[in-house]
Amino acid sequence: MSKEPIYLEKIQRSLVGRYRTERVFRGFGMLAVSLGLAAVLLVFVDIFIKGTGAFSATYIALDVTYEKDLLGIENLADQRQVNSGDWEALYKQALRRDFPDIRKRGERRKLYALVSSAAGYDIKDRLLANPGLLGSKETLWILADDDIDSYYKSWLDGNAYTARLTDGQIRVLDTLINTERMQLHFNANFLTRGDSREPEQAGIWGAVIGSFLTLMLTLVLSFPVGIAAAVYLEEFAPKNKVTDFIEVNINNLAAVPSIIFGLLGLAIFINLFQIPRSIPVVGGLVLAVMTLPTIIITSRAAIKSVPPSIREAALGMGASRNQMVLHHVLPLALPGMLTGAIIGMARALGETAPLLMIGMVAFIVDIPAGFMDPATVLPVQIFLWADSPERAFIEKTSAAIMVLLGFLVTMNISAVWLRKRLERRW
Amino acid sequence: MNTSATFGVGTPSESDFRDTRDGDMSDIGLTKGHVTVGSVEIQAAKMTARGVNIFYGDKQAIHDVTVDIGKNQVIAMIGPSGCGKSTFLRSLNRMNDTIDGCKIEGDIRIDGEDLYSPKLDVVELRARVGMVFQKPNPFPKSIYDNVAYGPKIHGLAETRVDLDEMVEKSLRRAGLWDEVKDRLFQAGTGLSGGQQQRLCIARAIAVSPEVILMDEPCSALDPIATARIEELIEELSHNFTIAIVTHNMQQAARVSQRTAYFHLGRLIEVNPTEQVFTNPEHSLTESYITGRFG
Repeated sequence: MSKEPIYLEKIQRSLVGRYRTERVFRGFGMLAVSLGLAAVLLVFVDIFIKGTGAFSATYIALDVTYEKDLLGIENLADQRQVNSGDWEALYKQALRRDFPDIRKRGERRKLYALVSSAAGYDIKDRLLANPGLLGSKETLWILADDDIDSYYKSWLDGNAYTARLTDGQIRVLDTLINTERMQLHFNANFLTRGDSREPEQAGIWGAVIGSFLTLMLTLVLSFPVGIAAAVYLEEFAPKNKVTDFIEVNINNLAAVPSIIFGLLGLAIFINLFQIPRSIPVVGGLVLAVMTLPTIIITSRAAIKSVPPSIREAALGMGASRNQMVLHHVLPLALPGMLTGAIIGMARALGETAPLLMIGMVAFIVDIPAGFMDPATVLPVQIFLWADSPERAFIEKTSAAIMVLLGFLVTMNISAVWLRKRLERRW
Repeated sequence: MNTSATFGVGTPSESDFRDTRDGDMSDIGLTKGHVTVGSVEIQAAKMTARGVNIFYGDKQAIHDVTVDIGKNQVIAMIGPSGCGKSTFLRSLNRMNDTIDGCKIEGDIRIDGEDLYSPKLDVVELRARVGMVFQKPNPFPKSIYDNVAYGPKIHGLAETRVDLDEMVEKSLRRAGLWDEVKDRLFQAGTGLSGGQQQRLCIARAIAVSPEVILMDEPCSALDPIATARIEELIEELSHNFTIAIVTHNMQQAARVSQRTAYFHLGRLIEVNPTEQVFTNPEHSLTESYITGRFG
């Protein structure tokens, strides 16, 4: 009896230590979480600040006169005349009229260089869409060259970047700025065009379509195969040395560096099966092989988590093994399987290394129209732009990362949403 | 990967058989060449078991069990934990097939047909011998779909109307109809524990099995729900042959006509229930029902 107070004292003393340990543990946990969050936030904010600029582009207002003589075109319906027309002459004439003091040939060339080399095509598209304008005059906002874009954006920030411009050009630009003939407009080109050597014309759409086509194929190939493999291994395969060996190797495969899959694709799909390089078909095949182990592993985990009582109930009712799987196990495991597949897809979307091996790193201007067209994908586009010397590609790179992150976040959110929604059914 | 571990509920685990079986048998009055006492065989047998041995890998869970299960009767199987009664029950509709390393010797027949003959289809067998488990395990589907599942997979209903009738009849027989008729299309998992178990019984009887095996059907239920299930068993026994495993001796006494006492994998005694509980033949049975162990 007399021992009881002593025990109580001991317990009380030990409590202090236990609570302290808990506080330290919690502190470490919170520190770890905040460090992680801070890192993510830093990356996001940095990319956001650098990338937003790419969604606007600098335009110059020019009074363009659609003169027949200048163009060398009589009839807009004549395709040959349209093709041989001197479209650039229109904006050159406008620039000459606005800055009549610039007469020397070298200086004139610098003056023309203020405008993007694509401006002639933009004017052509404008006139062909509105043939009635031929012979008349209007004020057009013409896309500026990337160096002008860099200058104007840095000028707006109060720290003008002049390294790529001559004094004469800067004077012209200041005149344009002061007369409010230079403005930032929404950069639709970035979201609708393919890649280009000229930063002001380069767009992300080609890479988006390339990624979409590649991932479609990856999903179509790896999801059914992965689920079939998982169901077979979990529900039907005998448990023996062979299946153990297969299980170990699936786990190994999931840990193989992705570039190895690229080499595999190069050796098998391109060299052996002679599939052309750089196309989404090869990319999809390689990424499907790469994603397969992930899908198999997550699907098997989902199948394992189906309560055994449900299986027993089905078998006890006289369901065949196949009916048990199709009627009960698969529907219950589906949310987990879909989550696994989406996470696998997200990983495939961000994958660069294996695609470098199979030639999807090529410079491709045209937007791919099908699975057999040369294409590149978003992460490779980011790599290509990051590798380009032009200053204007810095913001393009960040903006492309924003687009990629947008897709990744959307996919992950949809994975969570899908799981919640399907699980809530009962 | 380990499929054998997936059938957790009601399955005896190997550790249940890690015991003093051979060494200490004499201490508790069990001899090696034990022969079951009492009336093993009866006139109108629905199922017969002869010399059944069941192994999990190297461990023998059931030793030489011979017993008849009478038509339209309730036979209760009692005994201390790990005595093999659930294992034996599951061998009666071959649910043990799903456990890796489970081997069965001997002869089990239903209406004279060998359960383990290669000619017998296990799917057909389980339609004839239904099962109700320890933990209520309705499918995560609607009440209607739970009951309709058996008729659907076995193709018993020609039309939707037939199916509706079958579902209603089964739910009525399980005493659940009045409680669920207004919410047939709500989740079966939303019912109370006792209702879920009656739903499982309704699901089992929807395919009109000849035999119903019940593995401790009331162990997860409160006394009121238990009483409800016991009434139901009593009613069902007019049309079905029932084998029930239970830890509750009062329950065995209340619902069964015959009682089988298992001990350490051996069938010690089979006798009419009244006799087992008032005048047991074997000393082990007496020790168990008087609460000396178990």
